[in-house]
Amino acid sequence: MHPAFQGLITIVLGVGGCLGYFWLSNQFLDKVLFPARGKDIGKNINRANMIRPWLFLLPALLALGLYLAYPVFETLRLSLTDRVPIPGGGGAYTYEWVGGANYAQMMNEPKFWEAVRNNFFWLLVVPAMSTVFGLLVAQLTDRLSWGSIAKSIIFMPMAISFVGASVIWKLVYDFRPIEQEQIGILNALVVSLGGDPQTWLTVPFWNNFFLMIVLIWIQTGFAMVILSAALRGIPEETIEAAIVDGANPFQIFFRIKVPQIAGTILVVWTTITLTVLKVFDIVFAMTNGQWETQVLANYMYDKLFRAGDWGVGSASAMVIMLLVLPILVWNVRNARKEMR
Amino acid sequence: MDNIAGTKSSLTWAVNISVIALALLWIMPTLGLFISSFRTADQIATSGWWKALFPSEQNLVLRADDPEGNRVERAGVYVVEGQLFEAGHSAEISAWGISSREISAYVPGETADLGDGETLTVQADGAYVWTGNADQLSGRGQRIFVTATTPPEFTTANYNRVLFSGSTTDGMANAFFNTLTVTIPATIIPIAIAAFAAYALAWMDFPGRGLLIAAIVGLLVVPLQLALIPLLKFHLGIGIGKGYLGTWMAHTGFGLPLAVYLLRNYMVGLPRDIIENAKVDGATDFQIFTRIILPLSFPALASFAIFQFLWTWNDLLVAKVFLIDATGETTVMTNQIVELLGTRGGNWEILATAAFVSIAVPLIVFFSMQRYLVRGLLAGSVK
Repeated sequence: MHPAFQGLITIVLGVGGCLGYFWLSNQFLDKVLFPARGKDIGKNINRANMIRPWLFLLPALLALGLYLAYPVFETLRLSLTDRVPIPGGGGAYTYEWVGGANYAQMMNEPKFWEAVRNNFFWLLVVPAMSTVFGLLVAQLTDRLSWGSIAKSIIFMPMAISFVGASVIWKLVYDFRPIEQEQIGILNALVVSLGGDPQTWLTVPFWNNFFLMIVLIWIQTGFAMVILSAALRGIPEETIEAAIVDGANPFQIFFRIKVPQIAGTILVVWTTITLTVLKVFDIVFAMTNGQWETQVLANYMYDKLFRAGDWGVGSASAMVIMLLVLPILVWNVRNARKEMR
Repeated sequence: MDNIAGTKSSLTWAVNISVIALALLWIMPTLGLFISSFRTADQIATSGWWKALFPSEQNLVLRADDPEGNRVERAGVYVVEGQLFEAGHSAEISAWGISSREISAYVPGETADLGDGETLTVQADGAYVWTGNADQLSGRGQRIFVTATTPPEFTTANYNRVLFSGSTTDGMANAFFNTLTVTIPATIIPIAIAAFAAYALAWMDFPGRGLLIAAIVGLLVVPLQLALIPLLKFHLGIGIGKGYLGTWMAHTGFGLPLAVYLLRNYMVGLPRDIIENAKVDGATDFQIFTRIILPLSFPALASFAIFQFLWTWNDLLVAKVFLIDATGETTVMTNQIVELLGTRGGNWEILATAAFVSIAVPLIVFFSMQRYLVRGLLAGSVK
């Protein structure tokens, strides 16, 4: 069967099944299980209303449980086991408990520490630069007549895939020997300023920053959109009062505006931090972790699907989870605070 | 910037200039790839894309036509006449030569003496006249070095090759349809599931509601990486293996937290009166949901749909883990591009075109529905 056709059937079955499930289960609840008639009418309506929310929630809870909650625990379990093929089992595996051995093995690999070090720099640089650029653009375009065009341009990379962005930037970083004409704009610039062309992506340590630029380029638009809305939300009076008091534009920006949107800046920062922790495609497509550019997410992919080592792969996934955990707790606490 | 206190013109200038600089910086990389996708391999390799918009001066090595079959005898001398450039290719020669050491020895219109009466004249438009005796005009055509200015030239041949050639290594047509096949169900199904859940979380009162909402906020940030092995194991275990079904299910699961969160936040803000009036009139929850809440929630549904569409269209990891099997027939565009980066790293005309084919659809969605995207970002900036 042609996949497109299969897709069409899936849409119909998925959406139809969903609607059918909700309709039928509601009918069942109201007409069969607790009918709103007879001598128990009041009790039945109450009972039906107790159950109905769970009917509405069931498919979502099942999917969330199976696809997000269960894997967290299963990955934890797998990280403490080794996958061993059963001899003569025809590709079947058994999982042997090994305790912390996978973690110990991982800690002994230089490639893991390289990934940790690089991730540390990614976490330091990308959220900071994206937020700073985003704030800068948001502020500069705030009162500009053609600001929305500039914003659209800077927001646009958000729609481009990490892989697409990798190709785009590989052309920027392209290298030709010095006697040839450079076709990468960065090297062309360097040569026109009298420098030597560089293979930017293979110079250890600094090449990490050239990969980070790609993500900063993508994420700045996100920061700009959120911060721009926050800047618009600042009460006009506070700014007017500052102007009356003789504050210059820089003082207004740093002393009046930034403190008032500090909460939003923090949200933007943490959101980009999450993206950075999960960054895989850029490194995979541009260097694949060579030349000391490994990051945790790509390290994990390597372990899982190249080395086939599910134990160490799961262990490195748990490291990512551990790094995300503080943000998770912070988000949940904020959400609960808001609800009260 | 601060018009209230009277315009500071120098500052306004600085603002305008820096915004122009930033916007240029941001669009330049994409523009480079876009322009490159309309150039031939030779053009890309010999000059930077920023020069493609202007006439370029190039040093070319061309050849006169082989005398065999082309030479004519006129008054005792043999003559070959012709045009150095192919038809439809206009260029203006500023200098030319016949030796690699002196490639600009002559100006157009000048006649070069090749020795023993053999002569060659080249005009600015590439027309040449080569004369000599039978011995001199034999074998291969005379090599001519020219310095020529060619106007900007663009081609759609790359797109033809990438989209319609049917080649499995360079072709994107198959991957394009595969991506579409992944994307559409993976966008629509989570909406159907999430909308009901969001309604329950927004407008139904039951014990544990607050806890559930908190749990969903928590799941928003769980990294995808954790789900890969357990789910792959699960898919292999229940027998669906690698394929579209598993990919749709995975995308649905991963998209749900944001969908529920976005839709719930939006639905909570709908006016209470409408819902209570409907209840008083005897409408059931199911009716309220389908007749009132869903139509009113259209902006939030659109926001999520755009997110999910962009995310599934641009995804590489989920496709690599859950979809693409050893045969590679179900490859998606992002994966195809990564393969091209490996096999055709230097063929920028193919790479640029393939990348642009995959970028084009999200860009169209982005520019036509930017409003909903911004709204969604503002509502769901926890993720």
